[in-house]
Amino acid sequence: MTVDDRFTDSPFQKADPAELTRFEVMDGPVSDWATDFSHMDEQYAENAHEIWDDLRGRCPVAHTERFGGAWLPTRYEDVQAIAYDTEHFTSRAIIVGNYRPPLDLAPVGGVPPISSDPPFHHDARKLLLPAFTKANVAKQEITTREFCHSLINAFEGRDLVDAATEYAMHIPIRVIADMLGFPTEDTPKFKVFVENALEGVNRSPEEREASTEVLFSYLLEQVRDHIDNPRDDLTTYLINAELYGQKLAPNHVVGTMALLLIAGIDTTWSAIGASLWHLAKNPEDRKRLVEEPALRTTAVEEFLRAYAPVTMARLVKEDVELGGVEMKKEDWVLLPFPAANRDPEKFERADEVVIDREVNRHAAFGLGIHRCAGSHLARMELRVALDVWLDRIPEFSLAEGAPMRWSTGQIRGPRMLPINLG
Amino acid sequence: MKVQIDSQLCQGHGRCYDLAPDLFGEDDEGYATLTALTADGNVPEGREGDIRLAAANCPESAVLVHEEALNDRR
Repeated sequence: MTVDDRFTDSPFQKADPAELTRFEVMDGPVSDWATDFSHMDEQYAENAHEIWDDLRGRCPVAHTERFGGAWLPTRYEDVQAIAYDTEHFTSRAIIVGNYRPPLDLAPVGGVPPISSDPPFHHDARKLLLPAFTKANVAKQEITTREFCHSLINAFEGRDLVDAATEYAMHIPIRVIADMLGFPTEDTPKFKVFVENALEGVNRSPEEREASTEVLFSYLLEQVRDHIDNPRDDLTTYLINAELYGQKLAPNHVVGTMALLLIAGIDTTWSAIGASLWHLAKNPEDRKRLVEEPALRTTAVEEFLRAYAPVTMARLVKEDVELGGVEMKKEDWVLLPFPAANRDPEKFERADEVVIDREVNRHAAFGLGIHRCAGSHLARMELRVALDVWLDRIPEFSLAEGAPMRWSTGQIRGPRMLPINLG
Repeated sequence: MKVQIDSQLCQGHGRCYDLAPDLFGEDDEGYATLTALTADGNVPEGREGDIRLAAANCPESAVLVHEEALNDRR
């Protein structure tokens, strides 16, 4: 067999500036959420639930001229219709920003399969699914549990901790580093990669490209190390994987690695943090889950519904009328699954957190062909993280007065979460 | 009662096999399957509630429940 020379040169290609459609960065205060919304605004981070409820009542599809023009549906029905409609909506870009990637990036996109359209999407996704079945992710449960205990052990002797950065964040970082086979000592870098990819949206295209290049160089280093020292992990799996009788293109391998790293971290970090935030503020629910461990899996689904972290996005592929508005080709469309999950047309007591809710058809992991491929992994991490915390720290509360912050952008969760222990 | 998985609709969320792991399973890609207990589409007696709950929790409405056994309608 010949030497694998796919990764001799970096697969990272700077976009041709002539092909990028750039928009002026508009980061001033929001004048009206219905006509000038910004998901990058601190108000949105803090009050997203109230904003969605307000918009659902009066719009229900909001618009903004920011980002070159974007739509924000808020009803379950509209979010679902867009998620199912791959004829009129493309996943070529899934993070709304101030430039649009070139049309010919479809159907693969930069980070397949989340950025891919049918029919390529189906084949690229099929490669990933076996690693993320419920049965396969269960193999990570013991080490995840041990890791959660080690984080709690480090709280010894303290009465105030930041549950966002000292607990929730570390769990998905460690799990995905293990699955990809990356060195544990590299994990502090991952937080920076994630922030650059998801929260740096209003930075200039040059800055965003530079940070993507740093991420891709890191991933390329890992690929080369795995070519020299193959092992039983997702990186070696992707290097060896084949599609249509050929090894994957180098940018497919590295793009999918980027996806697994970025998408696996911020999201689960947010879900764990938001659940702990809820329990810190609601002693009745906390006590009940401490006393009734069997209820925790049901409660996890309710936390996922009520505090779903992920809003996806699409670009309009062909002009289309939806939810009473005319969406034009190349408009951005946000897909706020968390807003859909709070639609009273779809859920009883939609604005309440009911930890023993039995019927819970929520859309936290998306709907249709792009259902989060890591959903079983995320559920395992969230359940184990809450299990260990509740067993070890049954008494805790929100430290009033200490700084608390929710992230801006498409992934919503606590980034500072001061908790009093005991 | 009869149960079916609509494989065109199922996206592998896994709510059915989370809630009733003996009545539903997952294939190698995480898509839902019936199990030995439900393989012929017949719901074991006394498990109708579990089947209805799984169906009511499927985000894609891919768990199809026929309240009367299909044969009864003929």
